[in-house]
Amino acid sequence: MNDFFNRGPALGLRLVLAIACSVGLMFVDRYTESATQIRSLLTSAVGPLFYAASLPESLIAGASEQLMSQQQLLSENAQLKDRLLQQDVQLQLLSFLQQENDKLRALLGSAPVVQGQRLIAEVLAVYSHPFSHQVVLNKGSNDGVSVHQPIIDEKGVVGQIVSVGPTSSRALLISDNTHAISVRAERTGVRTVAEGLGQWDMLRVIHLPLSTDIREGDRLLTSGLDGRFPEGYPVAEVIQVIKDASQPFMTVHARPYASLDRIRHVLILWPGSQVEAVRQAEEEN
Amino acid sequence: MRPAQGIGFIYLSLLAALLLTVTPVPFQFNLFRPDWVLLVLMYWTLALPRRVNIGTAFLMGLLTDVLVGTVLGVNALAFSVVSFVVAVNHLKIRNFSVIQQSLLMGLMLALYQLLLFWLSHFLTGVNFRPAYLWPVLTGMIVWPWLFWLLRRYRRQLKIQ
Repeated sequence: MNDFFNRGPALGLRLVLAIACSVGLMFVDRYTESATQIRSLLTSAVGPLFYAASLPESLIAGASEQLMSQQQLLSENAQLKDRLLQQDVQLQLLSFLQQENDKLRALLGSAPVVQGQRLIAEVLAVYSHPFSHQVVLNKGSNDGVSVHQPIIDEKGVVGQIVSVGPTSSRALLISDNTHAISVRAERTGVRTVAEGLGQWDMLRVIHLPLSTDIREGDRLLTSGLDGRFPEGYPVAEVIQVIKDASQPFMTVHARPYASLDRIRHVLILWPGSQVEAVRQAEEEN
Repeated sequence: MRPAQGIGFIYLSLLAALLLTVTPVPFQFNLFRPDWVLLVLMYWTLALPRRVNIGTAFLMGLLTDVLVGTVLGVNALAFSVVSFVVAVNHLKIRNFSVIQQSLLMGLMLALYQLLLFWLSHFLTGVNFRPAYLWPVLTGMIVWPWLFWLLRRYRRQLKIQ
């Protein structure tokens, strides 16, 4: 057995080397600033793998679209037209309200809310490992995506971009264990923080004193105080409030509005301030 | 020592396992997804411990880390440790029947899952749920078939 691994170091030594390298990597990734760059580099390196892995699914989806009957297509088309009409009507009202809101804000002397830019991205891969809730999107730095941009879907906030490659990017979901988001209760205006638990359908609302007015069914919106997420997007609905007098804080759980387990398309947002900064930079040039 | 032959095919099978790790599947099945890369890696460590051992395991672990978004080095460490255990005991494990092997692989997969959890717990503070151990069971069920498939693959392509 002595000449078992006659090329290179012995097995035990190899293990020690591998463990030392891993621990070094963990340290660099977790506790240093350069991790984001390394991550972005690696994300771009493995980008093609994600495209290859989602190929079967997109082929099946394409085939099933081909095989859809005309009847189905027509009825779907009619439905979509109906919905478009309804939403157009609501939009008319919205633009009026927005104008009014801007005027009122001007009267109050506060800065108007700047409508940001948006980009639709498709989800290439969902990695639902319990220890990391992340998705890979098919838009990258070539489309102008950058780190820390918020992403939303039609129902609510989904997460934020954490690393960017040229054609793909990786987003951390609000349900991830390492994610926290600053929120405000719509009914009472209580500001708090909702952090992920590693479960798709639950967030934990933390540091709420026992006397806080919060109850089941309260809507939690982004407060904009974290500087990442623009103000006013729906995040989660409170589903459970446990008051235990022996604990310093209440235990409050909330369910995210966005269906994080089955997202297909998301919107990447450019918060207003960033857009303004870009515009200013353009004007200066 | 026989000259190396068909090393490329080993990496091809590992690449396929990596792809299976990130292929989108319906949400309900995601928690049951076997640890494909580790299973294929353990097969090659058993069959050709001179060619595939800790070095390959470390590399594959690192790639898995990048693909699934865990903290870099977590999977690399867990893969290396499991691969070490398998490489040291490969002569014993080879002599077991497929069912016994399957049970033993379950033990290895459990070791991997617990290492992964333990490291993640220290680094990012995740909480343990028993549901995290489903891949151990599915991995045990998959092992006999995977073993048979990869043995045919190895013999057909004369990988040494």
